[in-house]
Amino acid sequence: MKTRGSIRKTGLACLALGGLLASGVAQSEDDPIKVGILHSLSGTMAISETSLRDVALMTIEDINEQGGLLGRELEPVVKDPASDWPRYAEQARELIERDEVDVIFGAWTSVSRESVLPVLEELNGLMFYPVQYEGEESSRHIFYTGAAPNQQTLPAVDYLMSERGGGAEQFYLVGTDYVFPRTTNRIVRAYLNANGIEDDAIREEYFPFEHSDFQSLVSDIKRFSQSGQTAVINTINGDSNVAFYQELANQGVDSVDVPVMATSVGEEELRGMDAGPLVGHLAAWNYFMSVDSPENEAFTERWAEYVEENDLSGGSDRVTNDPMEATHIGIRMWAQAVLEAGTSDPDAVRQAVPGQCVDAPSGYEICMDEENHHLHKPVLIGEIQPDGQFATVWETDGPIRAEPWSKHLEGSEDKKADWTYPWVCGDCEEPRYDLEL
Amino acid sequence: MRGLSWKGAILWGLLMVPAVVVANTDDMSADERAEKLAEQQKNQTQTRTEGLSGEAASIVERLATDDWQAINDVVEDLEALAAPETLPVLQALSDRRLYFDERGRVLIEDPATGEYSDALTGETAEVSPENLSQPTLTNAIRRGIRPLIGQLQLFSDDVATRRAGAEELADRPRPEMLGRLQELRAEESNPEVLRLLNIAIARLQLDASDPEERLEAVEVIAEVRSARMKSELETLMETDAQGDPVEPDAAVREAARDALEVIEARQRTARFLGDLVYGLSMGSVLLLAALGLAIIFGLMRVINMAHGELLMIGAYTTFMVQNLFAVMAPQWFSFYLLAAIPAAFVVTALVGILMERGVIRFLYARPLETLLATWGISLILMQTTRVIFGAQNVRVASPEWFSGSVQLMQGVSLSTSRVGVIAFAFFVVALVWFVMNRTRLGLEVRAVMQNREMAAALGVSANRVDMWTFGAGAGVAGLGGVALSQIVNVGPELGQNYIVDSFMVVVLGGVGNILGSVFSALGLGVFSKFLEPVAGAVLAKILLFVAIIVFIQWRPQGIFALKGRAGDDD
Repeated sequence: MKTRGSIRKTGLACLALGGLLASGVAQSEDDPIKVGILHSLSGTMAISETSLRDVALMTIEDINEQGGLLGRELEPVVKDPASDWPRYAEQARELIERDEVDVIFGAWTSVSRESVLPVLEELNGLMFYPVQYEGEESSRHIFYTGAAPNQQTLPAVDYLMSERGGGAEQFYLVGTDYVFPRTTNRIVRAYLNANGIEDDAIREEYFPFEHSDFQSLVSDIKRFSQSGQTAVINTINGDSNVAFYQELANQGVDSVDVPVMATSVGEEELRGMDAGPLVGHLAAWNYFMSVDSPENEAFTERWAEYVEENDLSGGSDRVTNDPMEATHIGIRMWAQAVLEAGTSDPDAVRQAVPGQCVDAPSGYEICMDEENHHLHKPVLIGEIQPDGQFATVWETDGPIRAEPWSKHLEGSEDKKADWTYPWVCGDCEEPRYDLEL
Repeated sequence: MRGLSWKGAILWGLLMVPAVVVANTDDMSADERAEKLAEQQKNQTQTRTEGLSGEAASIVERLATDDWQAINDVVEDLEALAAPETLPVLQALSDRRLYFDERGRVLIEDPATGEYSDALTGETAEVSPENLSQPTLTNAIRRGIRPLIGQLQLFSDDVATRRAGAEELADRPRPEMLGRLQELRAEESNPEVLRLLNIAIARLQLDASDPEERLEAVEVIAEVRSARMKSELETLMETDAQGDPVEPDAAVREAARDALEVIEARQRTARFLGDLVYGLSMGSVLLLAALGLAIIFGLMRVINMAHGELLMIGAYTTFMVQNLFAVMAPQWFSFYLLAAIPAAFVVTALVGILMERGVIRFLYARPLETLLATWGISLILMQTTRVIFGAQNVRVASPEWFSGSVQLMQGVSLSTSRVGVIAFAFFVVALVWFVMNRTRLGLEVRAVMQNREMAAALGVSANRVDMWTFGAGAGVAGLGGVALSQIVNVGPELGQNYIVDSFMVVVLGGVGNILGSVFSALGLGVFSKFLEPVAGAVLAKILLFVAIIVFIQWRPQGIFALKGRAGDDD
């Protein structure tokens, strides 16, 4: 460990020096540092991603007001991939090759991240990905500031099984039919089996995107819940949630009897729906807008101010949520790493990011893991309130470390996610050294 | 446009029919609503205590904590004490209206006035809200509080309150309460409360030591036939490790078996009826979405890829009408939906006419170009909506009389909005049928669609009929949008989810045949709802497509083919 650490430091120093020399030649001191923002501002994902663009611009503006980084201004370059997955890849390429950005903050869905990944690998780019996801991935080029399954869904399952959470003996897993719910539920099922809940006490159902008719599902949940204390893990994405919760309320499924734990319903999603039928149900995140901390107070106040100054649509109804916090953390961490490396060169920054810590709005000091390119994050379980906010009912004792490769899945349990310098690897079982830069 | 005015009058008249009908039913239910409201007010919790006696006070005091275990203990102690005077405290705790301040005072918020009162003394307390914290409340604690509230409500003089309490206890009886429930039953006079109490007691007596009592309990439960008690009866039927039945008494076992059979039979019926009703409900949504297309694509053969956006415009019109009502006539707000029906028809019809005059009329008989052009229009309409209203969904609230649900039988309930959509679908079908078959416009439409040259030779302005038909089809799509706004989210992409389904309905029903669309929509709904529980929603949809492809191979003209010469040219 010690040797590796010192190798890393030496490498960092060399690179920082190289980066400085290079930048001295290629760029003048006053040239701005270009930062790419790759979020859909139109199409289906615009609902969620627009506010990530906004919060990224806000954080960049804040850094510029304090004098920028290394005496240089940050210049955001905003792209709109229009919820079209291949376009994420195209525009990532444009950002790196034509706009010469040093870092990209972007993507939301797993498929968009996966389509950007080959471009990052080819062009040696650097990206911060701010959304909770299904794990089972590790890249030298991406820092994941959202939660891995063991930082969101598994603690939620623990909570539901605990006496405090209601002691669930049966689980109904409901999701949209795509990679995040399917992978997450595979991990959840393996985890439940390991905790003594057999397959016949687990039901799993998937629905197409934008499905809006949940009548049969809810009556099945109702029947299923008659044979024991039941909890629902809801990985339904986006708009379909409204129809699902409305149907639950309609058929009289009560959160006290059958709590529904959502992994994709946050403040921003609640803003577009009538929160009535959801009240009392639960969601697991790493941050809530309602968190009581000085950092969060500053964050939400600044956000409200920014919304007003720039006259953003939605006005005073705008909220903050978990991926916004993750974006904010990511940009601040990247800025600290640039300062430490003394350059914005991606190769140098990549080595400076691990170990960075920021005081996050969630009230904790959030640090980037030394090895796996994921954050250590606290897990919060919140109950949905009539005003579309969450009341925290449980939280972990502190930040927990991410497991990008789930130890509960066959084939993943031995995999490493270790990006200490010289970069080991993201999915090998034996360490290997890969020195090509 | 000779004669259009009286047709217009009829059209408008028909559009207003639901307005009158619904307004009437709403009047009729006004009494009921008043009654319900009064009941709610009675049930409505006292928002402050009348001062607590020593022992209760000393327990309630301990609520000033955020340790959930301690709160659980408090609830248990209150259960042992069973003092009705603590009811307001428990209700406040359960509704998250209970606070404590830094001095450890326990306070209850009055949701109506926003005032705080001291839980121990019942007096109004001056507090600054920022110093208040809330006791931790989880579902596990609520599960303990609810039966306790139910039990305390049984001490009330008011029948409605007692009934609410008894209902809760019939749902979630707690073994510790058995003795007290029996005492209360002896004093109870109201038959409904008595019935509910009997159920609660029966559920607790299933594991009584006396077989007579157990038998009696099983009999009470068998009479209720509620699926909720199924698992309790099932435990009676279980066998232990040696293969001996858990329940020693044969008579009890016999009774339990009979009860289970009754419950299971009932569940099967409920499941069948549920699938059928949910299928019809889904079918009527499909029908509303597809009817406009049945006119535009079915009759005019225009492949209108912007059909979904016409639905979306109808839904946004509903949203606008809602906002207009909220500002201009808040006292009539609950009727905005009725005003939205003609408004959406007119707005989408105008958009349709604009599309027809501006683009589509130049492209008749060039289906490929029409397809591309209308797809382009659909993109333009979506982006325009995004620019005007934002990418976020807008919130269309269901009026009060449209929310809630109707229980058809135990285990099958349909939300009122879906019942409304079914009724509305039939209303729109009737409207379209009337216009097509009983008005001059309909006659001209049919004439032009069947033989354009001949109709033109007889003096019908085919060009103008095209415009009116397209407008009417778009207007009907707008009506579909009004209905959709009540059950799905209203956003710029609303229409995208219905375009494929709509074409499916029209093609399956037989192009050019409106009745065919009705049958195919309802058929598709029922078919997929029966398939969904077996195959899952995703596979059900795939199977549905496969079935339709096979069906179309066998019968290319769809369910109903037009007979006679009109169908020949295909």
